[in-house]
Amino acid sequence: METINDILNYYSQNAGYVWVQFYRHFLMAAYGVLFAAIVAIPVGILIARYNKLSTWVISLANIIQTIPALAMLAVLMLVMGLGTNTVVFSLFLYSLLPIIKNTYTGIRNVDHALLESGKAMGMTRFQVLCMVELPMAMSVIMAGLRTALVISIGIATIGTFIGAGGLGDIILRGTNVTNGTPIILAGAIPTALMAVIADIVMGWLERKLSPIKKRKGSLQNQVDEQAA
Amino acid sequence: MLKFDHVSKVYKGGKRAVQDLTLEIEKGEFICFIGPSGCGKTTTMKMINRLIEPTEGSIYINGKNILEGDSVQLRREIGYVIQQIGLFPHMTIQENISLVLKLLKFSEEKRRTRARELLALVDMTPDYLEKYPHELSGGQQQRIGVLRALAADQPLILMDEPFGALDPITRDSLQEEFKKLQRKLEKTIVFVTHDMDEALKLADRIVIMRDGQIVQCDTPDEILRNPANEFVEEFIGRDRLVQARPNIQTVEQIMNPSPITITGERTLSEAIQLMKHHRVDSLLVVDEKKVLQGFIDVEIIDQKRKKASLVRDVVETDIFTVEKHTLVRDTVRKILKVGMKYVPVVDDKHRLVGIVTRASLVDIVYDSIWGEDEMTKIG
Repeated sequence: METINDILNYYSQNAGYVWVQFYRHFLMAAYGVLFAAIVAIPVGILIARYNKLSTWVISLANIIQTIPALAMLAVLMLVMGLGTNTVVFSLFLYSLLPIIKNTYTGIRNVDHALLESGKAMGMTRFQVLCMVELPMAMSVIMAGLRTALVISIGIATIGTFIGAGGLGDIILRGTNVTNGTPIILAGAIPTALMAVIADIVMGWLERKLSPIKKRKGSLQNQVDEQAA
Repeated sequence: MLKFDHVSKVYKGGKRAVQDLTLEIEKGEFICFIGPSGCGKTTTMKMINRLIEPTEGSIYINGKNILEGDSVQLRREIGYVIQQIGLFPHMTIQENISLVLKLLKFSEEKRRTRARELLALVDMTPDYLEKYPHELSGGQQQRIGVLRALAADQPLILMDEPFGALDPITRDSLQEEFKKLQRKLEKTIVFVTHDMDEALKLADRIVIMRDGQIVQCDTPDEILRNPANEFVEEFIGRDRLVQARPNIQTVEQIMNPSPITITGERTLSEAIQLMKHHRVDSLLVVDEKKVLQGFIDVEIIDQKRKKASLVRDVVETDIFTVEKHTLVRDTVRKILKVGMKYVPVVDDKHRLVGIVTRASLVDIVYDSIWGEDEMTKIG
């Protein structure tokens, strides 16, 4: 009970500071995912078309994913120095895999009959992509962005070690003082909350963009299997 | 209209799907490609809109070699219907129908009116326009699939087993609907199927293929009368050859011209007397002008005789009929497959002119067994 009081106390005294960090934290995660999307979606489309590339590209993204976050930040810091840009870049790297993989799966799973009828109606390759493949794969791609964003929000917390700020700052502060539990929680709770809200909002968007409401369930299961 | 000139297709690995195929198709003709799977019929069809590029030879549409032009432009001028239907689930019916028009850059207004017009062709109401494909039944979806191929008024339509995935009853009605539509719109149609009944019913000419080559190309009647070889005979099936005996063509020739009838004003007891007298279990109900009203049978009388006394009150109006000019083989199929005991024959004003019963079938089979012997003696 006391802890809760302490947390509330902390918030009332540092409302401005918490909000700034919250916002900063979110922006880092969002930018990382955004830049990753700009690169990964076209790459996903490309490897869906030239299937031979897919093993290479996905293996590469997989390797990136296996690097521990702290190690990644440390290495990138050597090259890019301290600050937010380094964190954004590492989040970018972590977001590549889910987005590439989902884009690839989404486009590969478009019903062959649809592609054939699109082509036979006289669509150019680009039109098939824009009018058939992308709309059909959109919800799966969104699921990739959702995974990426949630991962990014988690990883952005350690950005504090290289001076990027964010909610990690508050947590780190809590670990450095005696009896810092309330402060740690004051940083951790908004982080978790942000991840949950991001997940819900993206999930809603994903359903909105689903081409067929009915078949969504089965499509989603496929993606989950692939992601796992 | 459409001409294949020594066309061959060799797939990677050396499999020859189509070998030296030469064929000419007239404008407005309904051509069915038929053959066992792997005979190259689909490949042949897909070469027309260059979904598959021929290895050798050339294909001409209206004298123009299609292999020289732009394939995308070509495809916009050819309708295409596939078995899997392939409606885009994220587009409304209206958008689906008018997609080709969109590719051809027609205005939104024009696309909308055209979609409405087309929907009327298959007797569907305009409120379907805003629905999505998954809200429609399989039969309705394929109707839309056909309409989509008609949208830009393409003179040539390719169909790849379009009715193959539908249930038999829907398929039957769609085939009839489509044949009517084709006659009305005078399209040239290349239709791939493996269902001989379908081909016989729809085609003006049937192209029977095997191993990438044409075995026989002729009208359905000619193929039934003079199958080119053993393979064709086998493929058509013995029973169809029997049904297609040349001296029996329309139902008018085989029907019993004096069915037992009764008028609506008579009483049920009179009806049952009539049945007993003629030793039949059902009666066709007609009015004084001989227009068919329906039928009654012994079961109906048995169930309803306490409640009603006149034939008029119990007559069952839901009755299947054929026109007197219908071909025998279509009728026979209905009797055998649907399991009807008899089919009344009517003229164009729905007046009863006769009846085809299972006994009539016995006559046909009898004729074909003994008649064929005579024919072989003559031949």
